[in-house]
Amino acid sequence: MKLIMQNGRLLDPAAGRDLTADLYVNNGFICAPFQPDSNTNIIDAGGKLVTPGLVDMHVHLREPGFEYKETIATGTAAAARGGFTGVACMPNTDPVTDNRVAVEYINKRTQEAGQVRVYPVGAITRGSQGKELAELADMREAGAAAFSDDGQPVTDAGLMRRAMRYCTMLGAAIISHCEDKSLAGGGVMHEGAYSTILGLKGVPASAEEAMVARDIILAGETGCPLHIAHISTAGSVCLVREAKKRGVKVTAEVTPHHFTLTDRAVGDFNTNAKVNPPLRGEADVQAVREGLADGTIDAIATDHAPHSFDEKNVEFDLAPFGLVGLETAVGLVWTELVQTGILTPLQAVQKLSCNPARILGIAGGTLAEGAPADITVIDPLFEETVNPNNFAGKSRNTPFTGHRLKGLPVLTIVAGEIKYRRQ
Amino acid sequence: MAEWKQKARIMDSDGIRRVITRIAHEIIERNKGTGDLVLIGIRRRGVPLARRLADRIKEIEGSLVPVGVLDITLYRDDLTTMGHQPIVRQTEVTFSINGKRVVLVDDVLFTGRTIRAALDAIIDLGRPRYIQLAALVDRGHRELPIRADYVGKNVPTSRREEVAVRLTETDEIDEVVIMEKT
Amino acid sequence: MYKHKDLLGIREMSAEEIGFLLDTAGPMKEIIKRQIKKVPTLRGKTVVTLFYENSTRTRGSFELAAKYLSADSINMSGSSSSVAKGESLYDTGRTLQSLGADVIVLRHPMPGAPRLLARSVKAAVINAGDGAHEHPSQALLDMFTVREKKGGLAGLRVVIVGDIMHSRVARSNIWGFTKMGAEVRVCGPSTMIPVGLEETGVQVFHQMDQALDGADVIIMLRIQKERQQQGLFPGLREYSRLYGLNRRRLELAAGDALVLHPGPMNRGVEIAADIADGSQAVIEEQVTNGVAVRMALLYLLTGGGAQ
Repeated sequence: MKLIMQNGRLLDPAAGRDLTADLYVNNGFICAPFQPDSNTNIIDAGGKLVTPGLVDMHVHLREPGFEYKETIATGTAAAARGGFTGVACMPNTDPVTDNRVAVEYINKRTQEAGQVRVYPVGAITRGSQGKELAELADMREAGAAAFSDDGQPVTDAGLMRRAMRYCTMLGAAIISHCEDKSLAGGGVMHEGAYSTILGLKGVPASAEEAMVARDIILAGETGCPLHIAHISTAGSVCLVREAKKRGVKVTAEVTPHHFTLTDRAVGDFNTNAKVNPPLRGEADVQAVREGLADGTIDAIATDHAPHSFDEKNVEFDLAPFGLVGLETAVGLVWTELVQTGILTPLQAVQKLSCNPARILGIAGGTLAEGAPADITVIDPLFEETVNPNNFAGKSRNTPFTGHRLKGLPVLTIVAGEIKYRRQ
Repeated sequence: MAEWKQKARIMDSDGIRRVITRIAHEIIERNKGTGDLVLIGIRRRGVPLARRLADRIKEIEGSLVPVGVLDITLYRDDLTTMGHQPIVRQTEVTFSINGKRVVLVDDVLFTGRTIRAALDAIIDLGRPRYIQLAALVDRGHRELPIRADYVGKNVPTSRREEVAVRLTETDEIDEVVIMEKT
Repeated sequence: MYKHKDLLGIREMSAEEIGFLLDTAGPMKEIIKRQIKKVPTLRGKTVVTLFYENSTRTRGSFELAAKYLSADSINMSGSSSSVAKGESLYDTGRTLQSLGADVIVLRHPMPGAPRLLARSVKAAVINAGDGAHEHPSQALLDMFTVREKKGGLAGLRVVIVGDIMHSRVARSNIWGFTKMGAEVRVCGPSTMIPVGLEETGVQVFHQMDQALDGADVIIMLRIQKERQQQGLFPGLREYSRLYGLNRRRLELAAGDALVLHPGPMNRGVEIAADIADGSQAVIEEQVTNGVAVRMALLYLLTGGGAQ
């Protein structure tokens, strides 16, 4: 299978390249130029951006255990439609991904689905119970890309320290969902004037920042690479910025909803805007945008968290946290960050591809010859209004319904094969 | 919207004054004086009419007759079929009506439904000795077995017409006109 | 006019709508004072009180309001079968609709539950208190009581004292009195004043003596003893000393200041017994006015909404 992508604007942040050129693919890999023959698929990418395959380093695929919300097949289809050629899936399934067999199961189901690549994230502790370490090395051998007790933060600082020390020998990062539950206090949205107006319990910024500070201290001490998941507050951005200056191996991601929406998006108790960490205040949104611009925040990840309609059609307090993000992410990055000049197209692609790939230690994130032909094509002029009924994923829980997005993925290629093409 | 056009003026200020005087006399005569007599005006234009009758009765007999105000909105029989709820106003009957001779006063007697509601409303307030009805104009088209004891003027009308009673207290002029849809 | 399907909160009401509701409550109060407290207005209408929290007074007030207007009323409570069996609010609402409910009065411990119900059913929904969010009929009856005594609301200094953080009564009153042109102050311990409250347009005080200066209306909130276990205040003795309304403090307010309390009262804690029974307290009138305001609500909401 040969493919030539013609006249596209190649954005390859790994090589610092931004030029209009043709891209050649043979046998699933990016290759040197060749003469087309009758079997060559020629795609005109004129006016479009040709980027390394995008990697969403934070999604919930819900399988096994919650197949009514999402499956590996539907989740990876959503990823393909969203322009992602790879996703890292969090271990909070049922059973929890806390052993080799569970990792292998995900790999098997990914192959059967045949959509995009899936990088399982293993649990740090058994059952994500925060009591004893899971078999990290065994999972690593089976292909776990990183470790996290996402959603169930490790409250025991001593245990977290041991997990980090153990991970240093595995060469894998710890992805930390930073939330001090005693400070979060059962809150359901950002603590601020709007939570006061709605009478909902608020989650203070300190709930996140206290644990970001703790984990940075532990990472500095152990030397373990620490990745802060879905950073949401101005204070957390400061902590990461300062730690990076000191040389701590810390990276951070932000979600499209955290750089786009404030707590006001909760509106009239809209459960599709209930997410953890919560949508924050205006100053926090500004701070994460600055963090993206100055490089404090390395990656953009969606925290794609599908839930069924009935689960969200309940009292705000009872609704589960989370929203789907795979199919709106690129549009939001382009609309909110690139068109506003906060990020150059090259920087945006860096935060969506090579940085996540580097943090996870996986191949990809480059258009260099010999690299796997994972390619995303983005049409920066393509406009669309978000309509969840068109989603490829199983769930519709997005707060972005009706948002106008400009700059959307139009073609997703994994290992040289077209997985999605926008009509 | 249909345009309403004035078809005829059937009473002017003097006419209304003379009718009030006549009805006042009739009320005194029929009730053999003003003992236990009370007047209750139905909002809106029954209220100034009741007050005028009370004033005239005082001029004639020298005695004060209490005047009450009745809002029949909550007793209407068309509430459930209306698109919106009409504005409720205060009922002001500050005296007991038990054992009283009540004269209910309204401007126009038409289908009788307003009077039916008013009778229910009065009976919820107490048990009068009897209730009589005074209307400035009776235009016919009754839908209920109700008749007036005192009528200012009988005016035959068609259903397409409207009888508009205007009083200085509410409308800056005293007159009764017939309006017609064009 | 009031042209909405539901009454969910004072925040979304205009001053005109509030004024109209209070105007309608006036004639309703006249009916309550009659010997025969009944008008046929809502014959054939069904009012359901759906209460997921105990509340004898609010529920009783709504039921009497329905009965005085000749509506049929039934009540369902959190211990009723389907609710206790874990039926969702959406399904409960749909069931009540199928049973023919024209109005559903909902009391629920979670903010926003009435909004969810209102979206789920065609029946009119009245919020009878949702968590710490709103309690609009209480604010309307408070405003009705004050307006009746003071002749108006604009320009009054209203002081709300107590656990503002957990109080839906405080929030609804803040919106209501502010919209009607009153100056609203809140006063309570800093652990019970929620973040960003100033953005609603109120002034925040922690010293009760300062807050009461020149007050025309004092609304005392009930202090819930379980807040002590949550560590929000050290104890009732200290709370009462700092935030209890007594004779000395009442004298800091305007001479004709009114004292309101949504009930039930903790006598001797947030309010001294002689104040609760004193001439400036209008606490019992609030109860009567509550029925009148709720009659007005039922009447207006059964009108099918828009003109």
